[in-house]
Amino acid sequence: MASPQQQKLKVHGPVAVTANRLTDGAVVWRTRGDGWSADLADAIIVTTADDAIALLAAAQKRDIDAVGAYVAPVVIEADGSVAPGNLRERIRVAGPTFELPH
Amino acid sequence: MYAYDEFDRAFLAERVADFRDQVARRLSGALNEDEFKPLRLMNGVYLQLHAYMLRIAIPYGTLSAHQLRRMAHVARTYDRGYGHFTTRQNIQFNWIKLEELPEAMAALGEVGVHGIQTSGNCIRNVTTDQWAGATPEECDDPRIWAEILRQYSTLHPEFTYLPRKFKIAIAASPHDRAAIKVHDVGLRLHRNAAGELGFEVLVGGGLGRTPFVGKSIRAFLPARELLSYIEAIMRVYNQYGRRDNIYKARIKILVHEIGAEAFAKAVEAEWEAIREGALHLSDEMIAEIRGRFIYPAYETLEDRPAELVEALKDERFATWFANSVHAHKVPGYSIVTISLKPVGAPPGDATADQMDVIADLADAYGFHEVRVGHEQNLCLPNIAQKDLPALWAALDAAGLATPNVNHISDIIACPGLDYCALANARAIPVAQEIAKRFADLDRSRGIGRLHVNISGCINACGHHHVGHIGILGVEKNGQEFYQITLGGRADEQAQLGTLLGPAVPYEQVPGLIEDVVDTYMELRAGPQELFIDTVARLGVEPFKERVYAAH
Ligand code: HEM
Ligand code: SF4
Repeated sequence: MASPQQQKLKVHGPVAVTANRLTDGAVVWRTRGDGWSADLADAIIVTTADDAIALLAAAQKRDIDAVGAYVAPVVIEADGSVAPGNLRERIRVAGPTFELPH
Repeated sequence: MYAYDEFDRAFLAERVADFRDQVARRLSGALNEDEFKPLRLMNGVYLQLHAYMLRIAIPYGTLSAHQLRRMAHVARTYDRGYGHFTTRQNIQFNWIKLEELPEAMAALGEVGVHGIQTSGNCIRNVTTDQWAGATPEECDDPRIWAEILRQYSTLHPEFTYLPRKFKIAIAASPHDRAAIKVHDVGLRLHRNAAGELGFEVLVGGGLGRTPFVGKSIRAFLPARELLSYIEAIMRVYNQYGRRDNIYKARIKILVHEIGAEAFAKAVEAEWEAIREGALHLSDEMIAEIRGRFIYPAYETLEDRPAELVEALKDERFATWFANSVHAHKVPGYSIVTISLKPVGAPPGDATADQMDVIADLADAYGFHEVRVGHEQNLCLPNIAQKDLPALWAALDAAGLATPNVNHISDIIACPGLDYCALANARAIPVAQEIAKRFADLDRSRGIGRLHVNISGCINACGHHHVGHIGILGVEKNGQEFYQITLGGRADEQAQLGTLLGPAVPYEQVPGLIEDVVDTYMELRAGPQELFIDTVARLGVEPFKERVYAAH
């Protein structure tokens, strides 16, 4: 999974714009009203490359809330909820795939 | 231990204050990310998949109990209660908030630890044998020379903006525990026939995208000429190293392109011009640095005291002793490795509570000293043998006495896709699953020394090229796949592993590794023939036939 920032933007299916929150690095998603949310359910979902590029460009205008914005695949589940579209994004949302030391 | 002087402390406090200011300006928007990123990297702060990561250097792997306790405090207060020890004698905190980073750094700076030289195109923190100063094998304490290099290279104006990062390692024992042949510069400290101390100098080793084993450019460099010779190497590199392409900018590419001989010639010519200059080390300077290393006040003790002999009747203790306790230069003392590879846990992680336990044990039994080795384990370098039973009982109670050092479950793994933004595939869960398959101690002891190294991408932070079994995560159509190599090694006979065959998907890796090991058990000439020697004798073909027939 080459770093998404380095990929050419190809959009097959639903995507969202994601980044890391500046203050703590937490994963955030681009929402309506030029905002960011830690909840993928709030994300704006688009399905064409043009829309994705526009969404990304808007997200990159201001880098004080979130950094490293890029376009990430998502999937729409049968019940209409949105889930991360690949393993990398699942890990970004849910954390490491093993139990953390405690 | 090394006694830092006031200059170091004042300097660190200043650096923390600078960084605090930079973070404030970033948070207020006065600095944008492009301006801030190089500043945070210079202080060891990375952005990973889901959080910031702080990387702290542990110069030549030596830590005081006091420093370790402070790391536990930082893990508990600013992170999620654990830290990760790496192959570069560093510790990483994986969940620190940018807002709180200056506080965490200040807490660490107070005890003399920091993230300088863990990132950026500078001379990185010099690494060496974690047994330095304690092993009977060494000809001199390599940390003296690491410290001389550290003082010379820290913020050396000319060397802060090299074409690329630059890593130096020093070994002073015949058995190389510092992997010097896979560093930009490797220094093998030894005595010549006349008994004089000097270095064999190797250059151009490295892993990553284009791995090379370092080449020897000088068999014997008198120790006192170290700095002028390193300076000559740096000058040649600075002059000819490629800055146009980051994939070609490491010294290994330069050495490969012009050849070790031509490189050596250029270095010698440069060196002739400067060797009598200011960098010549006087006896006084060397003695001054040597004097800053304070050695424990060892007692006069006998080897194998009654307490130890008695304890060895306990099979669990005896197993741990045989595996994790090593000879010391002083009679009655031992070096103890603490495995950070309990079966099923992330390799190299230690909880804050475990760090506190280790710090307490270092205070009680180990002259307040802890070491970090490149295999992601810790070490107590000075333990009286009479204290081993009590030490073991305490380690065991804290889950720190897994007797698997150098066994197949003592795996080196990079953070991989579970943390790292550059990853293709996961590394840690692969390590966990392999360790579980070989959890049976009798089985893993029967297999003997076997190093499995796993990286989640070609950057090779998990040293996969030099694992006896190397595992590299690659991506195929969005799925995690893994390439397996056999026969790599990182020691004095360093070599790169040979590809076994086509990459296999995630689910198949543990089974494939079991097949490789079963094949070895069948083909080995006897129990004394190690895995690495069987591969050297037979090549990878017999393994390939067996393994791919089964999958
Ligand atoms: C998750 C954060 C990390 C990032 C972003 C990262 C990034 C990188 C990159 C980009 C390189 C290759 C650079 C080059 O060859 O010029 C590299 C090399 C290396 N990393 Fe990491 N790394 C990370 C964590 C680690 C950890 C946890 C370890 C130790 C277990 C480690 C040990 C190394 C080593 C030893 C090399 C040098 C390989 C060589 O000799 O070329 N890194 N790292
Ligand atoms: S090898 Fe790759 S995946 Fe692993 S830590 Fe290094 S950069 Fe990340």
